[in-house]
Amino acid sequence: MGPGDNVVMTTMDDVLNWGRSNSLWPLTFGLACCAIEMMATGAADYDLERFGCGVFRATPRQADLMIVAGTVTLKMASRIRMLYEQMPDPKWVISMGSCSNKGGPYWQEGYHVLKGVDRVIPVDIYVPGCPPRPETLIEAIMMLQKKIKVQEAALGPIGFARKQA
Amino acid sequence: MQTDTTHALTPSDNLKETLRTDDLLLNMGPQHPSTHGVLRVVVTTDGEIVKEAHPEIGYLHRCFEKHSENVDYIAVLPYVDRLDYLASMNNSMGYAIAIESLQGIEVPRRAEYIRVIISELQRIASHLMSYGTYGLDMGAFTAFMYGFRDREMILDIFESISGARLLYNYMWIGGTYRDITPEIVQKIKDFLVYFKPKVEEYNNLVTYNKIFLERTRNIGVIDLKTCHTYGLTGVMLRGAGLKWDLRKDHPYSIYKEVEFEVPVGTGQMGTLGDCWDRHIVRMKEMLQSVRIIEQLLDGIPEGPHRAKVGKVIKPPIGEAYSRTECPRGELGFYIISDGSGKPYRVRCKSPCFMNISTLNELSQGVMVADLIATIGSLDIVLGEVDR
Repeated sequence: MGPGDNVVMTTMDDVLNWGRSNSLWPLTFGLACCAIEMMATGAADYDLERFGCGVFRATPRQADLMIVAGTVTLKMASRIRMLYEQMPDPKWVISMGSCSNKGGPYWQEGYHVLKGVDRVIPVDIYVPGCPPRPETLIEAIMMLQKKIKVQEAALGPIGFARKQA
Repeated sequence: MQTDTTHALTPSDNLKETLRTDDLLLNMGPQHPSTHGVLRVVVTTDGEIVKEAHPEIGYLHRCFEKHSENVDYIAVLPYVDRLDYLASMNNSMGYAIAIESLQGIEVPRRAEYIRVIISELQRIASHLMSYGTYGLDMGAFTAFMYGFRDREMILDIFESISGARLLYNYMWIGGTYRDITPEIVQKIKDFLVYFKPKVEEYNNLVTYNKIFLERTRNIGVIDLKTCHTYGLTGVMLRGAGLKWDLRKDHPYSIYKEVEFEVPVGTGQMGTLGDCWDRHIVRMKEMLQSVRIIEQLLDGIPEGPHRAKVGKVIKPPIGEAYSRTECPRGELGFYIISDGSGKPYRVRCKSPCFMNISTLNELSQGVMVADLIATIGSLDIVLGEVDR
């Protein structure tokens, strides 16, 4: 539902979704190579702040977006689950890079690599690439913002019910 | 009525007996902004003083060595890139040198020139990253922005030669994967002209900043004896005052043909071998890298950029060890061949692993905030520590 679709007055949903989608606070959480690209996205050239998503928080208690950037190992998997559970609702997850999508180049022989972070936490957006370019991450965040904007935030279980687009 | 006065609290004498203190076990990481990846440090603190700091690694163990035994020689190269992901070019150069010496491939001169130019650019990029994140650890966000701004220019150059921004897969066995064009040479020249005065700007902004100085000098002091005990190399060793650089003392490729100096720590602002010394060594090394590139850029010889190597590499039975000077220290590759198309064993000697193992020694009796300064000055990359 975009602006100008109909004459529905601003509902609670729209207000909340507007606020949430434009002030995403990601968790400062780098795992491997993709974390460098995530930092580059937040730094001078690509400036994530333009998209309302630049306030990287060091603690999961203040964050509502987790960007899983890098290879998830078996040792790390339980920690990721714990960090995810520490984040307050509503929360979203972007899986950045092939490694966290499906194990990436470590798919075949990586005996200590989790084959996809979606085995431990639910993922909203998958970003392909090894590592993805900053533009790709920015597009993923914009996609996530679109996704949040049609979410039923005020009604139903927060963060889970989604309006049919 | 009798009152028992023996257990009464008197301020001075009995305080130590009655006030029970205990060490606090603090868990730092694996998710922590200043551990530079997924390092976990178990810190025992007495108040604000660090008594012990034990690094716990293994959160990024990506099975590199076992992996290499299952793929052929060329297919190891992408995984080598992902070891130290801030210095991919240097890593894969080390691996390529090992395979070349194992199979007896002679690298064309043009390829050697390109390799050295590219790996020195990569060294600058890596030190810029170190500068930025160390500034971030010390609370200077501007340093982070400045470091990344200029690092992006090097990444642009790398993108135009290899197509990738971070993990290039560019150094090939027998040379490089693609040739460089005159436009790229011009691009590198432009970058050097732009970059040279910037180092002084960085130094004015951060290195000689009063706050930065107070945070880093006399902190994390390491002496030469400890360096040798732990087998430290690279900036850690040079920061402690020893002039040891593999490019100078054990030259590979064409490093013996170029002139450059090896900057060492002098204890200019505090004790010899403190965090500040390591930082200034990195800053000075960037200028030396510029000097090396400038000498080579004009004289790149014509010829092939890669030796004629078959698609399947089958080195004879034997073993080879290569060591190269990476931005973080001496990176070694020990490769055993059993005559088949796949390596029998690939062992990687990682400098970061040695660096991080000194953390307990360096952080005895410092404040918790100084522990952050110490970890930052080690400049570790966890991909290489855990492999």
